[in-house]
Amino acid sequence: MKAVILGGTSGMGRAIAQQLAERGDSIFLLGFDDADLARSAADLKARHPSHVDVGHALCDLEKPETFAPALDAADAALGSFDTVVVTAAMYATQDALEADIELARRLVTVNYANTVVFCEHVRKRLLARGGGQLTVFSSVAGDRGRKPVAIYGSSKAGLSVYLEALDHKYHSAGLNVLCVKPGFVKTGMTAGLKPPPFASEPTQVATAVVRAMDQKKPLIYAPAIWALVMLVIRSLPRFVMRKIGF
Amino acid sequence: MTAPASSEPQLSAWGRIPAPGRELVTENLSSATRGAVLCRGLGRSYGDSSLPAGAGDRVVSTRLANRILSFDETTGILRAEAGTSLAELNRLLMPRGWFTPVTPGTKFVTLGGMVASDVHGKNHHVAGCFGAHVQSLRMRLASDDIVDCSPTENVDLFDATIGGMGLLGHILEVEVKFERIPSQWIQMESERVRDVDEFLASLSHAAGKWPMTMGWIDCLSEGSSLGRGVMMAGRWAEPSRETAIPPAVPMQKAVPFEFPNWVLNRTTASLFNSLYYWRHYAQHGGGLVSPEPFFYPLDAVLEWNRVYGSRGFTQYQCVLPRAAGAPAVRELMKLLVELGAASPLCVIKDCGPEGRGMLSFPLEGTSIAVDMAVSPDIQQIVDRLNEFVIAAGGRIYLTKDRFTRPEHYRAMEPRLPRFEATREKWDPKRRLRSAQSVRLLGDRV
Repeated sequence: MKAVILGGTSGMGRAIAQQLAERGDSIFLLGFDDADLARSAADLKARHPSHVDVGHALCDLEKPETFAPALDAADAALGSFDTVVVTAAMYATQDALEADIELARRLVTVNYANTVVFCEHVRKRLLARGGGQLTVFSSVAGDRGRKPVAIYGSSKAGLSVYLEALDHKYHSAGLNVLCVKPGFVKTGMTAGLKPPPFASEPTQVATAVVRAMDQKKPLIYAPAIWALVMLVIRSLPRFVMRKIGF
Repeated sequence: MTAPASSEPQLSAWGRIPAPGRELVTENLSSATRGAVLCRGLGRSYGDSSLPAGAGDRVVSTRLANRILSFDETTGILRAEAGTSLAELNRLLMPRGWFTPVTPGTKFVTLGGMVASDVHGKNHHVAGCFGAHVQSLRMRLASDDIVDCSPTENVDLFDATIGGMGLLGHILEVEVKFERIPSQWIQMESERVRDVDEFLASLSHAAGKWPMTMGWIDCLSEGSSLGRGVMMAGRWAEPSRETAIPPAVPMQKAVPFEFPNWVLNRTTASLFNSLYYWRHYAQHGGGLVSPEPFFYPLDAVLEWNRVYGSRGFTQYQCVLPRAAGAPAVRELMKLLVELGAASPLCVIKDCGPEGRGMLSFPLEGTSIAVDMAVSPDIQQIVDRLNEFVIAAGGRIYLTKDRFTRPEHYRAMEPRLPRFEATREKWDPKRRLRSAQSVRLLGDRV
């Protein structure tokens, strides 16, 4: 596998990158913090069984003009990548987003509009070379409009629908699209929040995602229990959703 | 001693005696430690050294800071972020022929925790503590500055940090020299030992021949079988046809729920000890074993601390100097039987010379570690044991401690003034603190 990972320096992206490196896959990291990218690249190189160098380039989901040059750099380093993983996204609590409209604008732009734009760049490149794997992290928050994730969840709902349609349209052309819907995962993104039931560790999610990529699945909930939880939440009637707090 | 029922967030360490507080779990250690008062790794210290002094204290968990920054396969020098776990390093580096120079009895520890506790292992008599192999540390100080320290740079900071329970600064990165191993297997020898005198004799005999030694000692049997047990010695096996196959990855089982408090009592513990002793029916045993059961027998059962139930537990670990001799060890065993506090499987180990860490635990002599369920008498039991240890010129291991009184600690630790002077220099306002430093060193919340 020749994988490009956007968001591979932290959280679930880091755990996925580590697992891929340990089994000998080639990796190229994208992110917005050069020093942090260099540290992660060193880590992946040390984990690679034959110490294959790991390249990295700047790519910022807030700056769509960085997407094409970053993917060019990845292509040059890997010799045409065949896999792209996107774990990068923004998160803020509903309270913070309601208090700061500019923050809300940035978040929906990054999580929906700019992520779709990035995926479009990837789609064109992968289809041109006969297909490949595109794995993108959405969220269980996008499965139902809910009070504590009204804005964040809506950005992920849009993304989930896009990824689903991409799979419908291009699966036969060889593009495998995997939409990952994690529940609460204990990473830096959720630092300071109180973990709810079924909270999981980044490595658990990473193991499930790598397996789903190998099996070319279109959708996974991680951990799997969230598929059941969201099935229940999606079937709750509106009068219940108005009453409950989540 | 059980936790008050409340919805306030709580943290607890391996002994499962909670304290109010919450940890901040994040990958970005260097920004999260700004303004923090304590770092903690995987929470495997038994007592209160990784617990916040007050509910409002900012405690940072290092466990997501798990990147290897460099590993030189010619020298064995590894540099990694402080939250990198030993389990991870074993998994990655053992198959490549490298192993940590010193390992404690669990692999579920972080590099930062290994430095802060200056852990020792079965090879203490030849290799010293973990700190003896640390080349350099990067730390965030109480002043919020980031500095490096090593045996040649900021030496006083380095020596106080080795075994300093995280009180000198937050350890961000650790550089340590790994050891080349000839194979992934251990050549082991074990011996059933009848009593405490025989135990000390065979430990000291084995220390001359084997780089790794330790023993399980029965702290419940009395009279002529006082201190009976099983002595184990080992070394890395030389390559052979048998060692060509890597050891199987162990199955992990977990204790699924908290046991009721009555399950582990004097009778069941004695029964367990007898079974364990007589299981080793042959006087001598040995052969090739996998490093997992040799170094980490208890890691095979995740969350084994739940067998103690809701009351929680502690471990009493002390070292008695060689000068106090076998009589002191025998007296301590008698005292343990008399107090009736011990639970199954106490560990005995003979230690080599004291290391460079200002508060490091080991000194040349015999170390004994005893798990104890928390009971209403626990304070008196620890007090009695501490009074004995002070009289014998020994000391306790802070990583295990939850109940020692400050005056007892001061009496057994003549090195404390030097440690306090070093803290005064690097953290004059005592911004860094833990529940343990408040209890033992008089820090204020």
